[in-house]
Amino acid sequence: MAERSEEVKLLGMWASPFSRRVEIALTLKGVPYEFSEQDITNKSPLLLQSNPVHKMIPVLLHNGKPISESLVILEYIDDTWKNNPILPQDPYDRAIARFWARFVDEQVYVTAMKVVGKVGVERDAAVEATRDLLKLMEKELVGKDFLGGESLGFVDIVATLVAFWLMRTEEVVGVKVVPVEMFPEIHRWVKNLLDVDVIKKCIPPEDEHLDYIRARMESLKLKSV
Amino acid sequence: VATMANEVILLDFWPSMFGMRTRIALREKGIEFEYRDEDLWNKSPLLLETNPVHKKIPVLIHNGKPVCESTIQVQYIDEVWSDKNRILPSDPYQRAQARFWVDFIDKKMYDAQRKVWGTKGEEQETGKKEFIELLKTLESELGENTYFGGDDFGYVDIGLIGFYSWFHAYEKYGNLNIESECPKLIAWAKTCMQRESVAKSLPDSEKVIEFVTEIRKKFMLE
Repeated sequence: MAERSEEVKLLGMWASPFSRRVEIALTLKGVPYEFSEQDITNKSPLLLQSNPVHKMIPVLLHNGKPISESLVILEYIDDTWKNNPILPQDPYDRAIARFWARFVDEQVYVTAMKVVGKVGVERDAAVEATRDLLKLMEKELVGKDFLGGESLGFVDIVATLVAFWLMRTEEVVGVKVVPVEMFPEIHRWVKNLLDVDVIKKCIPPEDEHLDYIRARMESLKLKSV
Repeated sequence: VATMANEVILLDFWPSMFGMRTRIALREKGIEFEYRDEDLWNKSPLLLETNPVHKKIPVLIHNGKPVCESTIQVQYIDEVWSDKNRILPSDPYQRAQARFWVDFIDKKMYDAQRKVWGTKGEEQETGKKEFIELLKTLESELGENTYFGGDDFGYVDIGLIGFYSWFHAYEKYGNLNIESECPKLIAWAKTCMQRESVAKSLPDSEKVIEFVTEIRKKFMLE
């Protein structure tokens, strides 16, 4: 335990998967932090000052020094608090974990956003594209309890985006994007995640979350008309 | 029969500013490697097998095991060959800053520079403005330092320098004068070019211009 007082503050947003993943990491390591809910439609001076380049949450402030971009933050947390490691030790395994994390954020997230934001034929195409990507994740889970192996790791934390954001949108859009018949491993993995206390504690409450997704979907649809 | 030494193969494409990062990292560490240039219009079975998800270069194959994505490769190289010429800073906060800036380059530079040489009219004008803005942001991050890493050549320098080999192509097709907009950045680039690892890893600007000319013809921009 550090002697000096460690001040850890997270500028985040309750419904953001990128913000929640940082909370998972901090909670997993038992790092006490102050959460500061940000209004992204009316950005605070602190947010703008801490992340002048992107002006986005999450931003982690450690003893006043800002770190931005959720994947960068996760690696920083792992580098700084050594207990309960998130990334594997072996350089090759780390490279694989980093690859899959980028895959989730750069590929899955982008197509999944189109499922929510588009309608009709465009939405159908987005569903297909998302499923094609998830088939790769499905393969990775065969014979494993978590994407990280026997226990929760970096990729699992990042992929909560799939488990608790993408899969929750199914209720709202009325499309089974990730049906259990097509993705039995992913469904099994989600159950495993829900058995982990840290996950249960850190994901947004379902009802409020669904309301929020519904509202966002409406506003996205209005924008694309 | 020789014992399994370090066998390193790099599947790459000579004008790729991403491939250049991995080449530089390997050379910084003095690692012997086999460079294989891919024909992106006729990808090798090895490329398709080692990067089935994206089918893209560069792919680093170390003792038969593939590592994909240039920034992941550079970090991998730094972690495996950790005894010399450290690429990422040892301090976690400095390391996070370095990762942030390389992520920034990855998110913004490719699309912006593509618009500079690969589009016309209004789209190109917008692209040019964006591109210069990005360079200015990076230049201000560099500040008075020799390298983005401070006194030492490092991760962010490696992340950005490959684009320098394309600067003459941007200037020609984008009708830009990058040095007048970002003189400090050009000075930084010239300093980097004095490193053997960089000079050996970047293609000649003229060759890049020829390549871009060909691509523009292909996409009927001429």
